[in-house]
Amino acid sequence: MMAFYFSRLVEIFPFFLKGLWMTTQIAFISLFTCTILGFVLGILRSGKNRIIKWLIGVYVSFVRGTPFVVQVFIVFFILPEWGIQLKAFPAALLAMGIMGSAFICEIVSGGISAISKGQWEAGTASGLTLIQQLRLVIIPQAMKVILPPLVGQYVLLIKDTSVVSVIGVMELTRVGWVTVMRIPEGLMVFSLVGALYFVISYPLILLSNYLERRMAI
Amino acid sequence: MLDDFNFRIIFEYMPLFLTGLRNTFFISIVSIMLALMTGTIACACRISSIKLLRYPAIAYIEIIRSTPLLVQIYFLYFGLPTLGVRVPEIQTGIIALMLNSGAYIAEIIRAGITSVDDGQIEAGVSSGLNYFQRMRFIILPQALGATVPPLLGQSIVLVKDSALLSLISVMELTRCGQTMTSERFMPSEAFLTVAFFYMCIYFCLKSLADWSQKKLIFREAY
Repeated sequence: MMAFYFSRLVEIFPFFLKGLWMTTQIAFISLFTCTILGFVLGILRSGKNRIIKWLIGVYVSFVRGTPFVVQVFIVFFILPEWGIQLKAFPAALLAMGIMGSAFICEIVSGGISAISKGQWEAGTASGLTLIQQLRLVIIPQAMKVILPPLVGQYVLLIKDTSVVSVIGVMELTRVGWVTVMRIPEGLMVFSLVGALYFVISYPLILLSNYLERRMAI
Repeated sequence: MLDDFNFRIIFEYMPLFLTGLRNTFFISIVSIMLALMTGTIACACRISSIKLLRYPAIAYIEIIRSTPLLVQIYFLYFGLPTLGVRVPEIQTGIIALMLNSGAYIAEIIRAGITSVDDGQIEAGVSSGLNYFQRMRFIILPQALGATVPPLLGQSIVLVKDSALLSLISVMELTRCGQTMTSERFMPSEAFLTVAFFYMCIYFCLKSLADWSQKKLIFREAY
């Protein structure tokens, strides 16, 4: 029986590759947008405007304080009540974007606050504008602190794409879930799904470890 | 936007939410205890010099860390019955959370142990402190300081991760929100209430973590 199911699994393997492609798409788009948004929010958060700081703080603690599944449900079920109808794929991207930017915002503002005040003052004294100070002085130094946890966060984001399967996006976990209904070999099906996730995220974990060692010196 | 937000229905469903909250607490506490044990054992194997212990521990930690928790939950949920093991969903869920958090905790403990420098122990020996004094005054204050705050961070993650058990129909907090949505179709009321409860747990654990960070992190005198 095992061998029979195994050959069935090999038959529908292209289906899994489709799911992997979907996961990669979601991961890639959301990593990209989250990085940009996260950096913008992180820089704003380490600025001086109290109201903006407070607003970002509330947003970050909401995201950190609730599970990602609940956030996905809120985006998918509550936005239509407010008149915004979203299909599953854009809703998934939106939920990923909201979640990821908050975590990256924390990492970025943490990195910026690790830079001593003297660096800002030196920038001002050299006549650099605020944007120039950030771009030429602060961010390059903060990157050392930011980069290792950022790559670690990327791994978490890639793994969190599995949660959007709950609203029916046909990504890798959903493919596994659909398959297991027809091929009742849970161990086999989800080992395959796990192995495919492993292929994407393990290199990033190694990269994160490498950066951590490299930046520590 | 939320002008027809119905508080009455939330109060009507409050007993359900409280049951869910109790189950979330129960699952989280049991899983974190089991995960601490798993993590300690895995860490002991990970740093052992015996290859037969070390390599399986490395494999366990790396596999868990590079696959999503949801896949691990489904793996056990759909996989255990094919092995002939039939347990209730809640136990499957607790096992999944235990194995998942155990791997992260193993890494946290390992970081805590390696953070205490060898020179510290040698300094203790040469100051004439005995084993217990060295533990009490030198090693534990530093190792605990490096371990307790991230462990509390991990328990925050675990509480949030327990929400995924709703997908294998364990009756915890998120599942209550789903139940209410499917019975009354009031997703705003249901999921915002669920989010509110999670936020309460988060703030309690977060302030505990911040406090421990302040109290326990060993600071060198400048």
